[in-house]
Amino acid sequence: MGAEITLRDRFERGLAAPICLTWELTYACNLACTHCLSSSGRRDPNELSTDEATALIDEIAAMKIFYVNIGGGEPMIRRDFFTIVEHAVSRHVGVKFSTNGTRIDAAAARRLASTDYLDIQISIDGADALTSDAVRGAGTYDQARRAMDHLRDANFGPFKISVVMTRHNVGQLDDLAALADAYGAELRLTRLRPSGRGVDVWDALHPTAQQNRDLYRWLLDRPNVLTGDSFFHLSALGEPLEGLNLCGAGRVVCLIDPVGNVYACPFVIHDEFLAGNVRDRGFEAVWTESELFRSLREPGNPGACASCGSYDACRGGCMAAKFFTGLEMTDPDPECVFGHGETALAAKRVEIRPSPSPDHSRRTPVSLSAK
Amino acid sequence: MSLAPPVTFDAHAPWQLSAEVSLRDEAFGALAYHHGNRRLVFLKSPALVDIVRDLENYHTAADAIGAHVASSQQGAYERALASLARSEIIHGR
Ligand code: SF4
Ligand code: SF4
Repeated sequence: MGAEITLRDRFERGLAAPICLTWELTYACNLACTHCLSSSGRRDPNELSTDEATALIDEIAAMKIFYVNIGGGEPMIRRDFFTIVEHAVSRHVGVKFSTNGTRIDAAAARRLASTDYLDIQISIDGADALTSDAVRGAGTYDQARRAMDHLRDANFGPFKISVVMTRHNVGQLDDLAALADAYGAELRLTRLRPSGRGVDVWDALHPTAQQNRDLYRWLLDRPNVLTGDSFFHLSALGEPLEGLNLCGAGRVVCLIDPVGNVYACPFVIHDEFLAGNVRDRGFEAVWTESELFRSLREPGNPGACASCGSYDACRGGCMAAKFFTGLEMTDPDPECVFGHGETALAAKRVEIRPSPSPDHSRRTPVSLSAK
Repeated sequence: MSLAPPVTFDAHAPWQLSAEVSLRDEAFGALAYHHGNRRLVFLKSPALVDIVRDLENYHTAADAIGAHVASSQQGAYERALASLARSEIIHGR
């Protein structure tokens, strides 16, 4: 449809404020998932204070950003977690937060259920403990399931079950959908990116080309499954998937990290994509004035994808996936459905992958009893 | 899939913007967000935004449309409002 293309072009030039703003409250986490996009583990001593956090919410409300996606680390570890969430809701800023579920006991579930405009995503990475725990750590699947039980018992309503797609769980799509149904929950599937610690496991965990084709067809049949628009590189296979189908980094998407740094998207926590800090002149100044964001809003260079008949569907894919596998922005996505990404990677196999700038991983392995 | 009953849009009835909806102006028109059903909707022209904001000041939706666009566009804007009614962005009053 002509009108849709115009709108997408508008989005590519950036909006007055982001549509999808992610705010990571802390780098502290009681788990140590192998694919953590923010290399979380230890709290950063410089994280925003409660006062700074509530002031940031006031600015978000003034910019008419309707909701924020809160994450971490594990956001519920912050002692002022409920203060921050309740302040946002009181300012009419909806909150959707991602959690590993370990802090949701019966009492927390009741408190969450009594808060309006709150949406919860509980992460698991497989339909059974064996598959999920291999990525997220021993015992974590059962803990997440207990959190889901508590939310159900507290009548929270339809929460979301969030799964990162890997080589080991694409085969479990129907089981994951059945699990969500059993809780009256919504299923949300997202793409594994080689960001944060994900750079170390991407080669081993990212879905095969055949699995990506299976996933694409499965998603086409299920428009109600949420994807955060993350599989648009698969739209090159044919009919486009639900969503805007564009890389929103710095245009409609951005990330505020726990110390107030603003990055183009949650998957590019790296100096190269750092636009500024909210402590300097506030968030709006960064969003509207940063050089980086301005350049991301310029028409992109299709580079190696220029001759691809599917460029309009896929737009060369995900910037983060390219960057952290060592590809250029003008290269095809590493998971290009026509295999051009693999060819480009093979040509560059000199292992010049950038490492994530801030690494808050724990230096010693975590044991779950230390939660 | 929505469990809400289908909304029929009658352009000759009075309508208004839902109190649960926030609008944010953008160059192409506006974003509309319904805090209750969490739906984000794009209002794809500035005239549509004016009409939606002005609905409550007119006896009928058709009158509100007539106040902002040429009569040749009446049908297109009625269809746009019908779609906003289905997303509960606007409702009858
Ligand atoms: S060549 Fe580029 S545009 Fe075409 S499908 Fe591959 S990544 Fe997408
Ligand atoms: S860089 Fe990738 S993850 Fe980030 S907004 Fe673009 S497509 Fe999405």
